[in-house]
Amino acid sequence: MKKKFGLAIAAFAIFTLSCKNENKESNGTASNSNTESAVTTGGQENVKDDVSQKDVVKVAAASKDHTTLVAAIKQAELISSLSNAGPFTVFAPTNAAFDKLPAGTVDKLMKNENKADLQDILQYHVTTSSLKAEYFTDGMNVGMVNGGNVTVSVKDGKIMLNGTATIVASIPASNGTVHVIDGVLVPPAAK
Amino acid sequence: MLGFAFAGLLLMQSCKPKGTSSAAGGDASKAYVAPGKYDEFYNFVSGGFSGQMPVYGIPSGRLLRVIPVFSVDPEKGWGYSEETKPMLNTSHGFVPWDDLHHIALSVTNSEHDGRWVFGNANNTPRIARIDLKTFRTAEIIEIPNSAGNHSSPFITENSEYVVAGTRFSVPIGDKQDVPIDTYKDNFKGTVSFIGVDKTTGDMNIAFQILTPGVNFDLARAGKGKSAGWFFFSCYNSEKANTLLEVNASQKDKDFIMAVNWKKAEEYAKAGKGVKKQVKYAHNKFDESTHTASSTMMNEVLVLDPKDCPDMIYFMPCPKSPHGCDTDPTGEYIVGSGKLAATIPVFSFTKIQNAIASKTFDGEYDGIPVLKYDAVLHGEVQKPGLGPLHTEFDAKGNAYTSFFVSSEIVKWDVKSLKVLDRVPTYYSVGHLSVPGGPTKKPHGKYVIAYNKITKDRYLPTGPELSQSAQMYDISGDKMKLVLDFPTIGEPHYAEAIPAELVMKNSTKIFKIEENKNPYVAMGEGKTKVERKGNEVHVYMTAIRSHLTPDNIEGVKVGDVVYFHVTNLEQDWDVPHGFAIKGANNGELLVMPGETQTLMWKPDRVGIFPFYCTDFCSALHQEMQGYIRISPAGSNVPLLYHTGKTKPSVSTPDTKDSGKTK
Repeated sequence: MKKKFGLAIAAFAIFTLSCKNENKESNGTASNSNTESAVTTGGQENVKDDVSQKDVVKVAAASKDHTTLVAAIKQAELISSLSNAGPFTVFAPTNAAFDKLPAGTVDKLMKNENKADLQDILQYHVTTSSLKAEYFTDGMNVGMVNGGNVTVSVKDGKIMLNGTATIVASIPASNGTVHVIDGVLVPPAAK
Repeated sequence: MLGFAFAGLLLMQSCKPKGTSSAAGGDASKAYVAPGKYDEFYNFVSGGFSGQMPVYGIPSGRLLRVIPVFSVDPEKGWGYSEETKPMLNTSHGFVPWDDLHHIALSVTNSEHDGRWVFGNANNTPRIARIDLKTFRTAEIIEIPNSAGNHSSPFITENSEYVVAGTRFSVPIGDKQDVPIDTYKDNFKGTVSFIGVDKTTGDMNIAFQILTPGVNFDLARAGKGKSAGWFFFSCYNSEKANTLLEVNASQKDKDFIMAVNWKKAEEYAKAGKGVKKQVKYAHNKFDESTHTASSTMMNEVLVLDPKDCPDMIYFMPCPKSPHGCDTDPTGEYIVGSGKLAATIPVFSFTKIQNAIASKTFDGEYDGIPVLKYDAVLHGEVQKPGLGPLHTEFDAKGNAYTSFFVSSEIVKWDVKSLKVLDRVPTYYSVGHLSVPGGPTKKPHGKYVIAYNKITKDRYLPTGPELSQSAQMYDISGDKMKLVLDFPTIGEPHYAEAIPAELVMKNSTKIFKIEENKNPYVAMGEGKTKVERKGNEVHVYMTAIRSHLTPDNIEGVKVGDVVYFHVTNLEQDWDVPHGFAIKGANNGELLVMPGETQTLMWKPDRVGIFPFYCTDFCSALHQEMQGYIRISPAGSNVPLLYHTGKTKPSVSTPDTKDSGKTK
């Protein structure tokens, strides 16, 4: 059923493109390409590469404890951006961290009409520089992608963000660093 | 579903505007490769006087890479980094430039195998082997007893040998200081057979054949039935040493030299050769240390046809033959006399019969000359003006370039009938059909490499770009699709199906396999060491900082070596390195690799260095400083990244470094 649907889309694509292109060959001269395949969407996440170190998205996707986060990143259409050269620091709340939110919060955020809110929250978990755990100092402010700041506290080797989430593990990725945190960072209410 | 697709096709046909393409106008839509799709072929093109080898995608004509080979390339640090300098060493010392004319892709059973591509240095005779895993020059071997390595680097059926025939004949041996007008007595030619190791690709000069003092031009190995033979075109059988434009065009016919290389190989093994004292460099790039080495060699085995009967024969060929091409079956050898009115096609079967029956037309310097009519399959009559080179498709057709009449002519190899002709814009030299020189051409396109673009490309002062023009040859008529500019001056080129190469392409070098003696395996291993006046900086690069990025305690008179290790393990994330005032190029360090830039600070001051490759959003932050103190200064060696000093209220301009 799924396959048939794909073919139908391909046929439709050919159909609609037919007047733009002067002839059939124009659309499928490249090798390694199935002339029937639909045009690929998205960005660098589609690059076939089993050799390089995993990027921040792939690191999160490989974790059983981050299925909520990965689903949210997809819904917020941030996969292509996070597959870029970065460098990124991603504070990655675990499934348990999301579960700590008031009941129904995640479901609500995952709705299409709330995409902007979801994007805002997720972008509050990302900064564009690769910050290793040892770079964090007590009282440091980190400017996040959504424009907000996260305040860092370091006490007895424990790194805490906004006083609500603790870094429990740090994983290097090809394009940055993923810090696993035990709470979801909520952007300051006044935006 | 099929019916549906067919309906779509019909619809497309009906929408097609009529009369949109003409021969001169081209049909660029056929060259369009959509986002998310790759080109169908890699096209390895000679860079001519650039000394490099550009790689294009076909059919898009996109320039994918310029592989530095014989010329320094400051952009890639080629010939500038300490690791790559030995690659350009020769018996004449460091040679920073050459003229790369011809391409030979490695073959197995006369079909492309996608392992290596070879290129020739025309000026200071050398052959380079490029590894198609990395698209990097892996080896360069100099050719002794040669002067102008033009007839090179054509390849045998299973890449047993690449050849190197000298364009200029020269004195061979000890007696070098001779009057030039004693050419006929003292000058000799050579053709060298360079062995290629089956597994590693490593080259060695297996033997050279001493020949009469002619000019060797181009060559092709046989294939199939003729695989044990090699054919070399040569001109100047007049043995002129001055004004060759006139004096080398006196005879009606020059020669194609047929070499039974299997027999030559036997003679070499049987000790029929003489070891001559020579000097040549053999340079290799070691992928585990990312470092080249250069070894000076001093001996070469030379076979003299006098001692090796039945090894070489001459076939008369009209008027200064240039191209010398064997068809996919190996039966036909096409000679293209630059000044000839016909294209002679020789038959390998007839050559063998003529040799067996000794159907000779005398000798040339003691070497049997085969009777022209006895070895000729036939001549293509009135094909065009100035035939140069011939490629083949899989349907029995040949495609010959004509420089003077600026056209490609398609003809039938067996019947010798001209089937089609198409103009090129202008003055075509070489041409290339994907797989054209192999046993199984892929056909589909022929690409012409043109010298003149005066009415097609915008003027750029006295010199204009040269061009490649791609024609669709899938139908009966050749149709121009696209033209695209080339670098340097294109000579021969080969195209290979992308899937034979891309599947093996290296993405990163594994950092744990880095054997460079100056590697820093992580930021914790970075350091600065002083050894007398040498300062070695073991530096790392990763998005988005260099470690160390503050260095002090270096003095005028020191020689600083920046050994930069790229810690990235991510495809296509090189980091660059450059420092102000350096009298050389930049480094471009691949993921997992270490490369070294030498720098001699010439004055006291603070010198910035930075990453030159836009690696990340914070690329512009990827920078550092080195402090250069006067000679004799006692500023201690100091280095770090990320250590910040509390700001002081009073500026301390006399900071000696002691406070740190």
